[in-house]
Amino acid sequence: MEIKREPISDLKVRQLRARDLLRGDLEGEDLERYVEERLLVTTVDKAVAWAQGNSLYPLTFGLACCAIEMMGIVASRLDIARFGFEAMRASPRQADLIILSGRVSIKMAPVIRRLWDQMLEPKWAISMGACCSSMGVFNNYALVPADKFMPIDVHVPGCPPRPEALMHGVLRLRDKIQGHKVENWRDRYEARGTEEIVPYNPADGGAVNVFAPGDTAGA
Amino acid sequence: MPDATELELTAQELRDSQDGSIVDTEFQRGDRAVLVIDPGQVWGVLSHLQAKGYTFLASLHGVDYYPEEPRLGVLYELLDMQRVERISVKARVSTEDPRIRSVVELFPTANHQEREVYDMFGVVFEGHPDLRRILMPEDYEGHPQRRDFPVGGEPVLFTYNESQSYGQWQ
Repeated sequence: MEIKREPISDLKVRQLRARDLLRGDLEGEDLERYVEERLLVTTVDKAVAWAQGNSLYPLTFGLACCAIEMMGIVASRLDIARFGFEAMRASPRQADLIILSGRVSIKMAPVIRRLWDQMLEPKWAISMGACCSSMGVFNNYALVPADKFMPIDVHVPGCPPRPEALMHGVLRLRDKIQGHKVENWRDRYEARGTEEIVPYNPADGGAVNVFAPGDTAGA
Repeated sequence: MPDATELELTAQELRDSQDGSIVDTEFQRGDRAVLVIDPGQVWGVLSHLQAKGYTFLASLHGVDYYPEEPRLGVLYELLDMQRVERISVKARVSTEDPRIRSVVELFPTANHQEREVYDMFGVVFEGHPDLRRILMPEDYEGHPQRRDFPVGGEPVLFTYNESQSYGQWQ
């Protein structure tokens, strides 16, 4: 049924109607309309998603310099407590969200994977900073990007990202959890088809100084 | 810091006591005395220097001198804490047979540093009590600080190579 809300035109009328309801004088069509105006109808899934998105418990987990910026979002200036994310959990079994804040070495990857597996569903992951997403300035033999060994929901770019950027990432994750449509900038500015793509020429070797994964020839 | 004269005197002492131990001496930039030694006699040279007063092994590290031969170098930085004098000892080993005697029994601090040189350059320290990798995972293949080891890493996705990405949006 379509519910139409009347604009708050006359406060006095509304007050009188509320008084009539309390006295039991309101009946018939007036009573139906009064109840309809004060009810919200939703599904359980949506209500649960709303609650989940507003009470993420991040894991207390720092990897490198990005972790210093991550601490910034808990402090008073940005204060993730406004959105209900302030309860940093020291155990993966109590956490919903893991923020990979820093470079992941090959030796650390199994540890992180184990932490991720120990977290209970539903769970989410944010890859924070250039190193964790594309290995950044440490693009060498020692590191592995996070996407190689676990699913990532939101990538926050930057080296390191400012706390505001991470905050934005967390809010985008909240939108995702609550089922809101999140558009990227190409959608927002209707910029599909404007990418500058240079034709790939294998003779140039593609990217410079990059070997195929697992290629240890000559070692 | 021993001056050039004292470095030569030390080298001559070692030549007299251990035949063929000193290959060369270098006096770099006026502030660094280096003894280039035969890797087979590292134990004798270091124990002599330790008895002489260089009792502190400040650092032990590896170098890859590619394309020079023999490629690998093991450097011992020694410090005499009484006279506050430093001396470097350099031993060159080849990649075909990268073996050198461990000095852990002389300088216990060499334990982890020799493991690191083994991990990164593949120099085998004979007589080391527990020679295994220290930084890289135990099942890692190769010695990543050698010059001919691939840089590795991931191709970075830019706009120009976006079309080759497996995660391409279209």
